[in-house]
Amino acid sequence: MSHVVSPIREHLVTGGKSYSDVTHDICKQVEGEPTKEWKIAFAISCVIFAYGAYCLFYTWWQGIGVWGLNKTVGWAWDITNFVWWVGIGHAGTLISAVLLLFRQKWRTSINRSAEAMTIFAVLCAASFILAHMGRPWLAHWALPLPNAFGSLWVNFNSPLVWDVFAISTYLSVSLLFWYMGLVPDLATIRDRATTKGRKFWYGLFSLGWTGSAKTWARYEYMSLILAGISTPLVLSVHTIVSMDFATSVIPGWHTTIFPPYFVAGAIFSGFAMVQTLLLITRVVFKLEDYITIEHIEMMNIVVTVTGSVVGIAYLTEFFIAWYSGVEYESYAFINRATGPYWWAYWMMMTCNVISPQLFWFKSIRTNLMVSFFLSIVVNVGMWFERFVIIVTSLHRDYLPSSWAMFSPTMYDIGDYIFSFGLFFTLFFLFAKFLPVVNMAEVKSVMKGVSSNFPKKVAKKSKSEE
Amino acid sequence: MSSTTNYILGVFDDEDEVLHAVSEVKSKGIKIDEVYTPFPIHGLDTAIGHERTRLPIAAFMFGTLGMICALSLISYTMVFDWPMIIGGKDFFALPNWIPVTFEGTVLFTAFGLVITFCISNNLFPGNNVEPLDLRITDDKFVMAINLDKNKLGQDEITKALKSSGAIEVNVK
Repeated sequence: MSHVVSPIREHLVTGGKSYSDVTHDICKQVEGEPTKEWKIAFAISCVIFAYGAYCLFYTWWQGIGVWGLNKTVGWAWDITNFVWWVGIGHAGTLISAVLLLFRQKWRTSINRSAEAMTIFAVLCAASFILAHMGRPWLAHWALPLPNAFGSLWVNFNSPLVWDVFAISTYLSVSLLFWYMGLVPDLATIRDRATTKGRKFWYGLFSLGWTGSAKTWARYEYMSLILAGISTPLVLSVHTIVSMDFATSVIPGWHTTIFPPYFVAGAIFSGFAMVQTLLLITRVVFKLEDYITIEHIEMMNIVVTVTGSVVGIAYLTEFFIAWYSGVEYESYAFINRATGPYWWAYWMMMTCNVISPQLFWFKSIRTNLMVSFFLSIVVNVGMWFERFVIIVTSLHRDYLPSSWAMFSPTMYDIGDYIFSFGLFFTLFFLFAKFLPVVNMAEVKSVMKGVSSNFPKKVAKKSKSEE
Repeated sequence: MSSTTNYILGVFDDEDEVLHAVSEVKSKGIKIDEVYTPFPIHGLDTAIGHERTRLPIAAFMFGTLGMICALSLISYTMVFDWPMIIGGKDFFALPNWIPVTFEGTVLFTAFGLVITFCISNNLFPGNNVEPLDLRITDDKFVMAINLDKNKLGQDEITKALKSSGAIEVNVK
């Protein structure tokens, strides 16, 4: 609106859209019949989900003995996948909260789907937490319930309990933030509804939204406060996840660099996952005018910055392992790079440290195909990072006679497949039934960031200058 | 909105125009009831004359409550109900409790804030409002003026709205 936008900024909404065009373009996929592509994609994700659900059920039925764990490697794919998904789940809240505090207008087109992705990713992470407990029906023992329920009180000095609180708070606050952002847009669909069913359901969830100036003023304060508390929350979550490792005395885990290093890695992988999904969404739902090359480029810049932070953290870890003079610490790191899991280590190094540096070239970071490919490469690399941290630190412990390797069984793999099935099934349902772009927020920044804004007022505001 | 009151609705199609029109209409001595918009417009609520929201105060109080609840629960369980020596630390190991206390603070703030927001704006599932104009959630900005609360007549208010840029004026 009255904010001055630098003329060298690229346009964030292209195609000369009016406010009503925004409504029409975004509501189209909610109101129309599902497209053929959507049906095929949804069917595939349901099949993956069903196969994964079988594997997960079998794991719960038989116990975690069906995994490839052994006496030496007691945590492997379960916690790798958990940390991977939680990390991915950082981007949504980061985009909507941190970028809101920094008044970054490019967040408006992508925050809705990024937040949805966050929530689904955290649910996937939770599935591994439940599974790795072995007896998931006793999961409530992790909550502070009185003794009659089972064990003693939980130990509030333990990072594992901090994690329970961090993840559940993060999930519920993200859900709340996302839902409150949806309310005005649900009201838009309610007011456009042509069928009784749509009017009822979107009316129910839009809570009687009227769009009065008073409501909007309070809404803006609410968003600002939610963003303000979500920012430290999102940083706390991965900090606490890292403390699950850092407060132990395992060489390779027991390092103070873990919290910032994990947070940077989380943002890195989260942005890469958002990038993957957005590049698909913008094509499938024809949203090229809202999710522009400018957005893709911004995302790639964040990926480069956080990728470089992660790279420096890897090198620092290595340096400190040598500089500390602790024999076991040094061995853990030399073993990572040159031991039997060298391939995982170098996979991680290549994917996370080298590949994002390609984004220094403008032609690469504005190329859609390359961006798509590299976003997947980053997430492969981040999976290997967690695998390297967890498995290679454990597999050769203090006693050489107990050294072992880890090999996954079909249930390790199947449970990982389950999380993909869950993630994509939920994402496709979201993309069909809810507006994938925050219409109200896009409209609120369109003046100034939109190319050829088609209004008489565009002239007027010029004359005011 | 009850059907017994008479509302004059000035429909605008641009946010800067409606913001400008608010002060123009007000300067003619017309009391504006409310302005309905598809997205937030900065300064609109103060231009109409709404009081500043006290939501931040509510949020702070909920946060404080969350902090107190979390600290009370932790100290009750760890110090009074079933004290145990963990890692040779004091029973009252405050630094270790910071993460859970923080999460409790955030949780209470978020839920307290959103629930307060919903109550103060009369938002709840099953609230079937009849919008004054269906285009408010699309691309139109509607200024609602309550005839009963104004001394000026319908014609004069209509004229004032038209002259300040309304593209149409309706009565409801």
